[in-house]
Amino acid sequence: MFDFKIVTEWLHGALTGIMPEWAAILTESVLVALAVITLYAVFAIILIYMERKVCAFFQCRLGPNRVGKWGLLQVFCDVFKMLTKEIINLRNTDMFLHNLAPFLVVTASMVTFACLPWNRGAQMIDFNVGLFFILAASSVGVVGILLAGWSSNNKYSLIGAMRSGAQIISYELSIGMTMLTMICLTGTMSIQGIVEQQYAEGWNIFRGHIPAVIAFLIYLIAGNAECNRGPFDLPECESELTAGYHTEYSGMHFGYYYLAEYLNLFICAGIATLVFLGGWAPLHIAGLDGFNNVMDFIPGAVWFIGKTFFVVFLLMWMRWTFPRLRIDQILALEWKYLVPISMLNLVLMALLVAFGLHF
Amino acid sequence: MNFTLLVTAVVTGVAFVAVVTLLAKLIAPRSYNAQKEEAYECGVPTRGRSWMQFRIGYYLLAILFLMFDVETMFLFPWAVVMNTLGPGGLFSVLFFLFILVLGLAYAWRKGALKWQ
Repeated sequence: MFDFKIVTEWLHGALTGIMPEWAAILTESVLVALAVITLYAVFAIILIYMERKVCAFFQCRLGPNRVGKWGLLQVFCDVFKMLTKEIINLRNTDMFLHNLAPFLVVTASMVTFACLPWNRGAQMIDFNVGLFFILAASSVGVVGILLAGWSSNNKYSLIGAMRSGAQIISYELSIGMTMLTMICLTGTMSIQGIVEQQYAEGWNIFRGHIPAVIAFLIYLIAGNAECNRGPFDLPECESELTAGYHTEYSGMHFGYYYLAEYLNLFICAGIATLVFLGGWAPLHIAGLDGFNNVMDFIPGAVWFIGKTFFVVFLLMWMRWTFPRLRIDQILALEWKYLVPISMLNLVLMALLVAFGLHF
Repeated sequence: MNFTLLVTAVVTGVAFVAVVTLLAKLIAPRSYNAQKEEAYECGVPTRGRSWMQFRIGYYLLAILFLMFDVETMFLFPWAVVMNTLGPGGLFSVLFFLFILVLGLAYAWRKGALKWQ
């Protein structure tokens, strides 16, 4: 497979040739930052368009189809509209916290986004505790949500933020448990390490069979709840709480929450891909060397993005199929079903690895 | 290098929000209206502040979460080395998990998970 490190090392060599070390690192940082922002914006636009179309087809509608071919320009128009709307400062809000909250939400999702492995060597942040870091960084977002609800001085916002906080922290537990289950199998927390292992030995969902599939299902449910989507979207249920925690945000301030929500969806699917479905590793079937060689020719980035969009589609399918739950049902589902099941699953996986029953 | 890039990611996020907000403030129209600054609740003037006491259930949940999250955090290092640790490590962690489950059962029994 193509190793992206060749490109980055060549660039580093070329830059250190013409400028001092610190300037080279600064230039590289700026380039990486631009790349991340571009990817961030592009994926947000693709996901918003996809969500509208998928939702429309699930409800036997056509979705956006007026602006541009198949409504392709609709999202760009929406972004432009959001930019040209006034950012209203309300009288009774806590101004400092109200303006601080979008920073936290966007920064948390951007840092997590930077951890995703796009290809071999094409990854921005790769700690040896990568998976743990992803969990830690993504949970900063909930602080932004709580701040947004609290600082708005609006009862609906406050209720939405509290529900959202309760839901996100609860489901984080089962996400942590499923990650723990898979770390038992991989024996490493480094993101590139996990993917390299799956490249060599097959995807984790096949390697860990029964416990891995259970963990994958739990992860999908909890991930949907973590993004405030799907049947768990009661923090922002339109018919009861206007818009939940971002009721008081207007124009681009609202846009950040929208952006972060869709990026969190992508990140959630990306983590599922990287942990369960092999990240950028192509599909290999033991024994079929010709098939494996053909699969190796497809670039890793295509594999990663393809698999991620497949998981995104699964999450959207869940969202548009199930009716919304009540808050007590959501918490009961997490604490009375998912937490005990994922603990049991962890023990199952530990025994499986201890007795060497995985592939 | 990794920490440089972590700082880069954080700075990118902050700069993105700051620059786009500035851009929006520059190109967006601005008008003043006393009605516009009201909280968007239900049309009639808002009664009272919303910074008030809140339902205890959420705090209880947060405390439960804190307990479980810290305990799962202890499990992460074990999960990495579990294959090389052998049966001794496995049994001690099973005991640890048993205590965790006891905690959950206690909270369940006490009605902390009930939402009334």
